[in-house]
Amino acid sequence: MNTTTILIQAIAALGGLAMVIGIVLVMASKVFKVETNPLVDEVLDVLPGANCGACGYAGCGEFAEQVVEDNAPITGCPLGGFEVEEKIGGILGKEVGGEEEPEYPIVHCKGGTNCTDRFNYIGVEDCKAVMLLSEGEKECNYGCMGRGTCVRACPFGAIIIDENKLPKINNNLCTSCGLCVASCPNDLITLSAISEKVHVLCNSHDKGKFVKSVCSTGCIGCKLCAKVCPEDAIKVTKFLAEIDPEKCTACGDCIEKCPQNTIEFRD
Amino acid sequence: MPDNSLINIFLDGVFIENFILIQFLGLCPFLGVTKETRSALGMSAAVIFVMTMASAVTFVVASYLLGPMNLDFLELIAFIVVIASLVQLVEYIIRKHLPPLYKSLGIYLPLIASNCAVLGLVLLNRMEDFSFVEGIVFGIAAGIGFGIVMVLMSAVRERTGLVRIPSSIKGVPYAFFAATMLSMAFVNYFEVIPI
Repeated sequence: MNTTTILIQAIAALGGLAMVIGIVLVMASKVFKVETNPLVDEVLDVLPGANCGACGYAGCGEFAEQVVEDNAPITGCPLGGFEVEEKIGGILGKEVGGEEEPEYPIVHCKGGTNCTDRFNYIGVEDCKAVMLLSEGEKECNYGCMGRGTCVRACPFGAIIIDENKLPKINNNLCTSCGLCVASCPNDLITLSAISEKVHVLCNSHDKGKFVKSVCSTGCIGCKLCAKVCPEDAIKVTKFLAEIDPEKCTACGDCIEKCPQNTIEFRD
Repeated sequence: MPDNSLINIFLDGVFIENFILIQFLGLCPFLGVTKETRSALGMSAAVIFVMTMASAVTFVVASYLLGPMNLDFLELIAFIVVIASLVQLVEYIIRKHLPPLYKSLGIYLPLIASNCAVLGLVLLNRMEDFSFVEGIVFGIAAGIGFGIVMVLMSAVRERTGLVRIPSSIKGVPYAFFAATMLSMAFVNYFEVIPI
């Protein structure tokens, strides 16, 4: 038997085998055909594809299915924002609402290294773990522990812990998904519209005297800001100033007046 | 193997030559799909089906197509083609009838195609010169052995999911520890059943 015959035989044998298998598989794919809605794939294409789960569904694929089946609102994807909403609306032929202002997270604590420690914590580097030891190592029970639970919660790498041991948010990377808000055990992070310029960066309801003894930047509830505000936008409840974003005109008087430098313009 | 009776071949496939824990074939689904018993069961069923069918089809292909034409050197390629198409078939069936299982198996379902356990099985069948029936029995046995280990492992991992484990060994490292313990149990079958 020469080489050519072997070659032809080999090609014939494998080709024949492949052909038989191919025919069987084509028949099987007809028999076991699954009807999928082509809209699902179209919607999936316009989604960010980060599979972050911020919409409440298990990934973008699941969300696309639910949107097409009308179980989820077209506004459901917090990452994509208005742009994606418009595209999904276009595919499904639905009315699109007005564009909403982007919201970015604000960390309501300026403590970090400015806040004194009760003890030296050595253990698992996670805020929730630190919390288990008598509400954390910081003297202030409301403050940021700086162990980066929010950093790990962020799927986009938008949060870092800065030199003051405080989370710093990069708005260029942030997609307003809100996963950091949910991850913080002290509920220090909130989402607020970019037009809300002035923020009280403290969350402590402790009395002024105590705050002053443990933290150089905490709100002591002195009410100076409330007095100086021309718009009456600041209220102090339980030793913590709160700004009403509806009334605030971002004049900056309170920022100058605050003895602890707790109130700040956002970056 | 001194005695090639079917019951011996069966016990051999299930325990003594257990594909996962003794021959360490097919380890990727062993660690990948054993997080919950439900998907482990589904995976085992798929593997049993593929192994049984592969034993039968490759026997036919090898003895009636490649053998007479003296094309034994093509065995490996032909076997892989057969296995891959069987996996495709299983994928169709599961996607049609068990969509939740299809989702939970994910990438590991198409990976059966390149699973060394299945290819290992058909090559072992050829090496041992098993007949058609013997090959099928060995295929079923290997699949069942695979399934037993998968289910045992998933039960272990489901329960240890509730236990406090040091964070440094949580997840895959812990799974390897559990695999060690299981493997120790199976190695002892060498002495229980004389070969």
